[in-house]
Amino acid sequence: MAAIKVIGVPTSTCTQRVLVVLIEKGAEYVIQPLDMMNGAHKKPEHLAIQPFGQIPVIVDGTFTLFESRGIVRYLADKYEGQGPSLYGKTLHEKALVEQWLAVEIAITAAVVQLVLGPKFRGIPTDEAIVYSSLEKLEKVLDVYEAHLAKSKFLAGDFLSIADLVQLPFLFLLVEVAKRGEVVTSRKHVHKWYETISSLPSWKKVLSLYAWVLLT
Amino acid sequence: MATFKVIGIAPSPYTQRVLVVLNEKGADYFLQEIDRMGNAQKKPEHLLLQPFGQIPVIQDGDFTLFESRAIVRYIADKYEGQGPSLYGKTLEERALVEQWLAVEVEEFDSPTGAAVFQLVFGPKYVGIPTDEAIVSSSLEKLAKVLDVYEAHLSKSKFLAGDFLSIADLVHLPLLFFLVTVGNRGEVVTSRKHVKAWYETMSSLPSWYKVLSLLSP
Repeated sequence: MAAIKVIGVPTSTCTQRVLVVLIEKGAEYVIQPLDMMNGAHKKPEHLAIQPFGQIPVIVDGTFTLFESRGIVRYLADKYEGQGPSLYGKTLHEKALVEQWLAVEIAITAAVVQLVLGPKFRGIPTDEAIVYSSLEKLEKVLDVYEAHLAKSKFLAGDFLSIADLVQLPFLFLLVEVAKRGEVVTSRKHVHKWYETISSLPSWKKVLSLYAWVLLT
Repeated sequence: MATFKVIGIAPSPYTQRVLVVLNEKGADYFLQEIDRMGNAQKKPEHLLLQPFGQIPVIQDGDFTLFESRAIVRYIADKYEGQGPSLYGKTLEERALVEQWLAVEVEEFDSPTGAAVFQLVFGPKYVGIPTDEAIVSSSLEKLAKVLDVYEAHLSKSKFLAGDFLSIADLVHLPLLFFLVTVGNRGEVVTSRKHVKAWYETMSSLPSWYKVLSLLSP
């Protein structure tokens, strides 16, 4: 099988989502970096394949796909017979993966406000927004805590894309924004986070951009 | 007697998403409305089913599932052999459905939801007046998003291709509230292909069936 081309940058959380799933599945891929600093994502060549001017985009032979949430599901489907089953094995298991994938949206939004806005988009930290984002995040993580006390991973006893999509954002929160108490103060959330952040596939993703963490 | 229960309320866009997909599939179900004004969704019995205190939730026999976006996929999967294929027939078609489902989350839901809340749900259910500044800025954001939809729908009958899918249907309720109830639909009706797409969806018999549950 030919390698999947990932157009993005290893420092981008959404690109990382795609990479960690590719690596878990043992799929061949190649990263085609995009010069975001110089606005490459807003130029016509990129807009032709991603009309919202975002990353990542994948090119699989003649098939192009964008939106990390769409891409990870495609990869889980395409590589169903290879690597760990990241999408469940039954109709019900898949539905539970989807249920927790839907919940991820709220966490990502809170982390974007808390971390990415200030750090990468030059939006100053508004204390009121920080407070309300943290509050929302804490409420969601309370539900996670109760759930993960009874379930090893989000969708059941198996690792799935529902767990993996959260990893880049939680990593940012804990390691970069240094707001890890929301995770570490919750026993089962903490254990779950330790498990997924110790995955060899995640370590591989981190190795692709370790140099950025030093800046 | 249907064993597929939808717990929600008829006027909620997220409940409506689930209902229109069930209707398209010709699936048997019944709606159990909860006392939203009495805050039933925050009571222990509901929290056991939906720990975030939200609706809709479905119970299909003894299988419970929440989040409308997960539920519509479950229905599309479960009833794959019945009614229109709302999830595509090939790996790539399904991926395109997922791509546009992701766009709805990332680009469409936030500005449209904010505008609809200000125009309809805030005044009607929460008793707060419409904040026109929020409406304007939300519609401005939505306009940019719908420019992309316009270009895409000029080459594609539906979002994922020439077939109706759950990617289209998840947009329908909020569009309906914006255009028909909130009366601020120019952002939709001024774009030829977006307008035609909205009109196709809002004329579906399965959508009329959802509307028939609403009281004036």
